Amino acid sequence: MTTAAQNASSARPPFIGTNVPRTDGASKVTGRAAYVDDLPHEPGELFGATVRSPVPRARLRGITLDPAFDWSDVTVVRASDLAVNEVQCISAEQPILAADQIRHAYEPVVLLACADKRKLAQAVRAVKLDLEPLTPVLDPEQSFAKVDVIWGEDNVHKRFSITKGRADLPDPAGSAAAIEAAIASCEIVVRGRYTTHHQEQLYIEPQGVIARWDDKGVHVTGSLQCPYYVHKALVHGFDLAADRVHVTQAVTGGGFGGKEEYPSVIALHAALLAQKSGKPVRMIYDRKEDIEATTKRHPAICEITSGCDRDGTLRALSIRILMDGGAYMTLTPVVLSRGALHAAGVYRWDDVRIDAIAVATNTPPNGAFRGFGAPQTIWAIERHLDRVAEELGRDPMDLKAQNMLREGDTTATGQTLRGSVGVAECVDKALTASGYHDKRKAAPVVRGRVARGIGASVFMHGAGFTGSGEKHLKGRVAVDLLPGGRLRIRTASTDIGQGTETVFRQIAADAAGVRLEDVDFAVPSTSYVPDSGPTVASRTVMVVGGIVERAAREVAARVRAEQEASGGEFTAAADRLLTKEREVTALVQYEHPGWVTWDDSTYKGDAYPVYGYACDVAEVEVDLDTLEVTVTGFWSATDVGKAIHPVMCKGQIEGGSLQAIGWALWEDVVWKNGLIQNPRMTNYIIPTALDAPPMHVDLVEAPYAYGPGGGAKGVGELPMDGGAPAIAAAVEHATGIFARDLPLLPERLLELQTTRKGFGAKGAEGDPKPQALKG
Amino acid sequence: MKITLTLNGRSREVDLPPLVRLLDALRGPLGLPGTKEGCGEGECGSCTVLLDGEPVNACLVSIGQCEGRAVTTVEGLSDATHLGPLARCFVDHGGAQCGICTPGMLISAEALLARRPDPSDEEIREAIAGNLCRCTGYQRIVDSIREAARERAGGAA
Repeated sequence: MTTAAQNASSARPPFIGTNVPRTDGASKVTGRAAYVDDLPHEPGELFGATVRSPVPRARLRGITLDPAFDWSDVTVVRASDLAVNEVQCISAEQPILAADQIRHAYEPVVLLACADKRKLAQAVRAVKLDLEPLTPVLDPEQSFAKVDVIWGEDNVHKRFSITKGRADLPDPAGSAAAIEAAIASCEIVVRGRYTTHHQEQLYIEPQGVIARWDDKGVHVTGSLQCPYYVHKALVHGFDLAADRVHVTQAVTGGGFGGKEEYPSVIALHAALLAQKSGKPVRMIYDRKEDIEATTKRHPAICEITSGCDRDGTLRALSIRILMDGGAYMTLTPVVLSRGALHAAGVYRWDDVRIDAIAVATNTPPNGAFRGFGAPQTIWAIERHLDRVAEELGRDPMDLKAQNMLREGDTTATGQTLRGSVGVAECVDKALTASGYHDKRKAAPVVRGRVARGIGASVFMHGAGFTGSGEKHLKGRVAVDLLPGGRLRIRTASTDIGQGTETVFRQIAADAAGVRLEDVDFAVPSTSYVPDSGPTVASRTVMVVGGIVERAAREVAARVRAEQEASGGEFTAAADRLLTKEREVTALVQYEHPGWVTWDDSTYKGDAYPVYGYACDVAEVEVDLDTLEVTVTGFWSATDVGKAIHPVMCKGQIEGGSLQAIGWALWEDVVWKNGLIQNPRMTNYIIPTALDAPPMHVDLVEAPYAYGPGGGAKGVGELPMDGGAPAIAAAVEHATGIFARDLPLLPERLLELQTTRKGFGAKGAEGDPKPQALKG
Repeated sequence: MKITLTLNGRSREVDLPPLVRLLDALRGPLGLPGTKEGCGEGECGSCTVLLDGEPVNACLVSIGQCEGRAVTTVEGLSDATHLGPLARCFVDHGGAQCGICTPGMLISAEALLARRPDPSDEEIREAIAGNLCRCTGYQRIVDSIREAARERAGGAA
């Protein structure tokens, strides 16, 4: 592989399916790659800082600048300085700076800038906020009960339902009664309540931007996923014409969703300071501020009741999902939507009712994080089916395999799966590679005080925007012909580590029949790249890569037409064409396959054009004294349609799986009265190389007819979905402890073991069924 | 205060208060922004450099402590035209994704291979346990370091 990789870039196509060296690799391993805080300081540049609320809810009565402090060289921006005080996202109800109400701890109130970093830190302490604390609403159930209204009329960010079969009735009460009746008529009924917690993205490079103004308008360069989201927020926030806002991505040190919508906030802040001071402003969060103030994964509560036949055939499903949106809406409706659309799992159900609700609390807004609502609901449905299997005396994976969606089956939204359903092969490969069946049958192995167990999960993840999202979005890319027969890709899809710029080059080089080194990738800047849509939703390769392919093919076809007309090499023909036409560019817009239909009002139809599928297997050791869990091996077989770059594709799966393992076992945002108690890497624990198990990834390729490069589907988010339930199943196999709530901290497991709540509970919270500890 | 140190093999002098963090001295007056800051408290390892051959967190070392000593940063592992073998293995085997942890990771790996030319996977994981990566799941970093060790031993030229 080494030799192939070394020689690949100067080789001839095809590049798709080969492991070419990542094109930004050399700059990253030599330290030359310029992340935002590596960019040279501009003359006169100031540092920016934010004064934040120390309480979760309060009336803001006033702001005092300490008169003893020298403010002469400090720029100060307050809400009262702003013409528009709205962060434009899905809604615009989040203020750029709190004006009179504090709705969450760490809410920004005052912005400061100063050339001297040390003085800036003192200035932050010299701002006094006059706050009248109010009782915060911190619990989503309490918020939903409307004990106190903190957002809108009823605290509800979004509510909708998905119905199928007998529950498909327009009246919510009628639908609820119908699903209850459908479940009651089943031979086996199982209930459960499953919860998940916050998770911090913890990209290793904190959020940061540099903003400056000149006669062309405002310029923001930063660590970000979605240049056009920031662009839109700046256009709105400064009431500027679109061509007076210029947003450029610096090399970005990880995002995972955390740099999807949040960069709009820090960009607005830095731009406000730059506007008022007339100087460039650099705003880089330190780790504590980043953990405290920026978005996290939505916590969720899922209550499930299901009915099935005694032979294991799943029949009817009712789920109530309650997500905690935090203080402002941000992307919550879409997160809830994706969560609900994945809540039925990868299974056939005749009758379904999913009641999905997201509410506000006085906590920092939750937002995008890899998986985007799906890991929460997949945790619930996978754990629930483990319970159903126990009830039936079956192995969970046998029960799941019996009910898995096949081509031609319909999902909870009534979508008929048209192909590219590789889930059965995933299950087969992962279970075989891990030795799952033998290890399950052998029962948990106990040696001394260590018990070993194995568990699995199976799941799917919709690729691309939900429903009609891609139709509204109309993502575009441009491919230009450059002298010497070179191509340049212009797209707003960013490389945040996942490898966009390399795989787009592979796709374009193959489509055009040129060498990889003849394809350039323009730095994503809204000044010269078209809006390809955001870098989110497992859409970059499948959706945007598809239009890169079309655009490159179109440009190459024009060169080849010139070649046929007047002869010569590709490069000579390209130069002739450029001389004649001056500009040779293909600007291509995404078109959804014609058969995709979706109704936003009823939540019916093709929720996603296609799904990625996977089966994860975790093998664990549980220390029976401390109940600490060690993952000793992790297997995943993942259907990606077609791997454009197998090494990077596996890299996505391994990295996403470890984030899932971290979420399952260690990562826990600890709250007290609305404040985060562990906003540091010292006590917010992500896995190290020693915590991470050896990973064994198999790629399954069930091609998607409309995907680029021979059928690629999205893979970015999928691997976040299945790790937690696989680990919980393995812990259960090892110890008999059935966990419903994440994370699986030793103290939680101990409580379950002590109270026996974890043993084969039947009711929503219990009916403990006494049973000896297995092994 | 004037401080003289050997930086990536060259003698350099800086005039700084001695308590300035080595990290800030490197990224600022010494002009080497390859060393990254991820947490500022010695947890993430992104700012790992070699101080007299030992890996240290440059956010926890003051420039004053570097007087008369040798500091190696990521910029010292490759020359202008060629990637060092370890760096190249990271590119070829998927050891770098977003790249922000990569400079520190390479330094820790370099320190390991200097004292242990043929490490086991467990030893590799132990050696990089102080370097947090949020992208890769570590598997391909372990693979990259193992391959670099093999190449250095003459397994592949």
